[in-house]
Amino acid sequence: MNLDDSLGGPAQRGLLGWLRLDPPLLTGLLLLIALGLVVLYSASGQSEAVVIRQGIRIGLGLAVMLVFARLGVHKLYLWAPALYVTAFVLLVLVLVAGDTGKGAQRWLNLGFVRFQPAELMKLAMPLMLAFHFAERRLPPTWQDLALALGLVFAPVVLIFLQPDLGTALLIGWSGLVVIFAAGIRWRTILLTAVAALAAAPLLWHFMHDYQRRRVLNFLNPESDPLGAGYHLIQSKIAIGAGGLYGRGWLEGSQAQLKFLPERTTDFIFAVFGEEFGLVGVLALFALYLFITLRGLYIAVHAKDTFSRLLAASLSMTFFIYFFVNVGMVSGLLPVVGVPLPLVSYGGTSIVTLLAGFGMLMAIQNERRLVAK
Amino acid sequence: MARQVIKDIHLELRMFPRRVAVLVLMCVLLVGALVARMVHLQVIGHAHYSDLATDNRVRLSPIPPTRGLIYDRRGVLLADNLPAFNLEIVPEQVKDLPNLLGRLGEVIELSEDDIQRFERLRRRSPAYRSLPIKTNLSEAEVARFMVARHRFDGVSVQARLQRHYPFGARFAHLLGYVGRINERELRRVDARNYRATTHIGKTGIEKYYESLLHGTVGVREDEVNSHGRRIRVIRETPPRPGESLVLSVDARLQAVATAALAGRSGAVVALDPRNGEVLALVSEPDFDPNLFVNGISRRDYARLRDDRERPLFNRALRGQYPPGSTVKPIVALAGLEAGLITPERRMFAGPYYELPGGGRRFRDWLKGGHGWVDLDRAIVRSCDVYFYDLSYKLGIDRLHDIYGRFGLGRPTGVDLPGELGGLLPSREWKRRRHKQAWYPGETVILGIGQGYLLATPLQLATMTACIAMRGDCRRPHLLKARIASAVPSDTGQPRGWRVTLRDPRHWDVIIDAMRHVVSSPEGTGRRINDAPYSIAGKTGTAQVFSLKEDEEYEADKLARHMRDHAWFVGFAPVEDPRIAVAVIVEHAGHGGSVAAPVARRVMDAWLLGDGPAGGLVRTALPAAPARQEGRRP
Repeated sequence: MNLDDSLGGPAQRGLLGWLRLDPPLLTGLLLLIALGLVVLYSASGQSEAVVIRQGIRIGLGLAVMLVFARLGVHKLYLWAPALYVTAFVLLVLVLVAGDTGKGAQRWLNLGFVRFQPAELMKLAMPLMLAFHFAERRLPPTWQDLALALGLVFAPVVLIFLQPDLGTALLIGWSGLVVIFAAGIRWRTILLTAVAALAAAPLLWHFMHDYQRRRVLNFLNPESDPLGAGYHLIQSKIAIGAGGLYGRGWLEGSQAQLKFLPERTTDFIFAVFGEEFGLVGVLALFALYLFITLRGLYIAVHAKDTFSRLLAASLSMTFFIYFFVNVGMVSGLLPVVGVPLPLVSYGGTSIVTLLAGFGMLMAIQNERRLVAK
Repeated sequence: MARQVIKDIHLELRMFPRRVAVLVLMCVLLVGALVARMVHLQVIGHAHYSDLATDNRVRLSPIPPTRGLIYDRRGVLLADNLPAFNLEIVPEQVKDLPNLLGRLGEVIELSEDDIQRFERLRRRSPAYRSLPIKTNLSEAEVARFMVARHRFDGVSVQARLQRHYPFGARFAHLLGYVGRINERELRRVDARNYRATTHIGKTGIEKYYESLLHGTVGVREDEVNSHGRRIRVIRETPPRPGESLVLSVDARLQAVATAALAGRSGAVVALDPRNGEVLALVSEPDFDPNLFVNGISRRDYARLRDDRERPLFNRALRGQYPPGSTVKPIVALAGLEAGLITPERRMFAGPYYELPGGGRRFRDWLKGGHGWVDLDRAIVRSCDVYFYDLSYKLGIDRLHDIYGRFGLGRPTGVDLPGELGGLLPSREWKRRRHKQAWYPGETVILGIGQGYLLATPLQLATMTACIAMRGDCRRPHLLKARIASAVPSDTGQPRGWRVTLRDPRHWDVIIDAMRHVVSSPEGTGRRINDAPYSIAGKTGTAQVFSLKEDEEYEADKLARHMRDHAWFVGFAPVEDPRIAVAVIVEHAGHGGSVAAPVARRVMDAWLLGDGPAGGLVRTALPAAPARQEGRRP
């Protein structure tokens, strides 16, 4: 503590300082979580049981966050490769010997607990990529870049095969953010983008008919009014019916009459939109944006390359979670199964997300231990 | 941080904030896009969506299509849909499953099998699917449950149409069966169309023609009240039922063929050589496909799986046996075509054949040899030495060619899943597979259908039909007509290929010889020479293991599973072939005494019949239900 003070470091005294939590970030997160529980209560048909179960999960997540916040960044750095390799091996295992749940192999049954290795990869990917670039010359050389791309896409392909498109995209994104933040040249980005666009028709050419049909369904869900299309139609009605001020808490007919499928999980934003209207939605957006920007602020002020890249990746992953979910629920993006971060019911994603925020706080704690 | 690379820390510190600035800009723009979308939905579209929400009393539910029926060529129903009451559970809606099952068991008796089967289904199915815990409830059981149903959330009695195979085991290897659809299958089909479907064809015709039999899913739009309960049906897009199929098989002939095997393991395939229609396809032993429809119990499955005679194994389609002497007629044909033999040329066939230049001796099945034989007699008595000599002169390449021209070595392309193509060896195959050159000794035994050569009963039936039609070969097929909306449609011209000879008179030579196999007093098939029509055929023996040069084959002393398989292939009537048959009886010894009588009974049933219509093909489609009993003008 004294050391911190003498260097003019994060001079929080009192409990928060001792816990090494970043007050602005913590405030934002707690507000969001509280808001989430309020909506969940409504979306679940006023089920206390659901809210309590979610609360337990959040409690667990916060505990994990505390642990990570107190860990030194150096420890994260040292663990990164082992964590990545473990997550990768588990991903292979899940394809070979995984349990099938809801039509995809995502779970690994460890006997006492069923576990999604992809969740572990959500943390391992930013860590590993940041580790990879930490001690290299930046902007990266071609070799370093190629290696980084390999590290990103190998697990992404495995997750894609499960098949879990949503998670694959998110994890891929979290790795690409690091590569971007590491400073690859704009020219390289542009070239890659052009090459990807050129490869798309080629890929289409080699696809089976049923695969093409699936892609088309994916891009235009309304062609399937009984499946994804039904979800979308109902969620758009819900959001639109909310209007400027919303129908009020517990008053949204779409949600309360159960027209809206998956209203506690992936589509919970539609419930929010219906009951709190545009005003509530803007407030929610502001909250998400605030948390993201605080994370990026921490990144800019971090003490070393590893911390900077890690912080940027964690913040942007959180943001893209939010963006993809809201975009999907409001019909702006195709439907991929991505929850609204810290609000959607269930899943281990709450714990992983809060673990990520714990890392951000650890970075913030150490930012001026090595002052300029 | 042990590694030290020269890092340009200043460049990095200049670059990184700029990169973050780009990311911030991106976040702001993307949130801007979301805000625009929200304004579009919540301000501009508000009135519209508000109306929709008020009117939103419509809930969609999918309706499964009725699966198409399957008939035999005379309109006899082979696969039916019967109404059944099933007790079903939606796992997703149940909180404490073991507890619920326990309580449920007090109302309706649940066996250990029922619960195991349910658990297995549950692991393979999405949680929202309604899964049967017990099928075919009695009326008393339905009544008992209905009284107590308020205690069982997530459990319901569903009236379902359930696939039923009235003939049970008789068509098991042909029709296959349907079973509960699983995740893997759901990924292969158009999931939208299978939204309400619970069963899918797993094997046989049910699998091959799944896309025709299934039909198209329908949608019901229900008006619901504020509690979400259904008030009335607003609109219904009815499902389009699957097409019913008429197969070329004849239920009666199938029964005769099954009975003729008399419980012995083996297979019978009967074709109409003129068009390739499969008239009967039997593989024994068989099993009851009805067991599989709602998930087979572990005990039943174990019994089928562990049965030494392998009732689940489709011998007609997948049993690959050495064809033995049944291929001698086409080897003779190759010899005639190559000019290596003539019908008149005779040779002295001793007790064994020895490769020119000495070496291994190849024995004839007849210990003392056949003496002087010409081609006709060589086929009639199935003289091995004659064909050893001919094969050696033909060589592997020409043998490979003639077998290939009659369809050996590749699947026939019948419309059933899982057919195997046997094995037609060649020099190139041997090099690839065994990394060895081809030996002359292997050619010698290849000419009597032994060695590497393997064929399925279906392939040999196809080969026989091809001989019967003098080279006008037809691909065997089962689908005769499709019945979509009551109008039967023909399935178009059967496909096939031609075997063209240099001299078409050679057909007469081998067909005559095959006729003599049955009609000659010294023919190996003489036992069935009392039919009122003419039969051409050939017996064969498939060796299960090969004898050493000095060993004797003594059936009595061998364990049953080491004994030879008996083959018979044939067609009738010779002048105007209407049926071609291949029969194999496993571990039964001689083709002439065991397999030929089976073929004879099938031919009798088809050509003589037991009704006035005789065996003449008369197709009665369900549009004009045909119960052909009594006499017809």
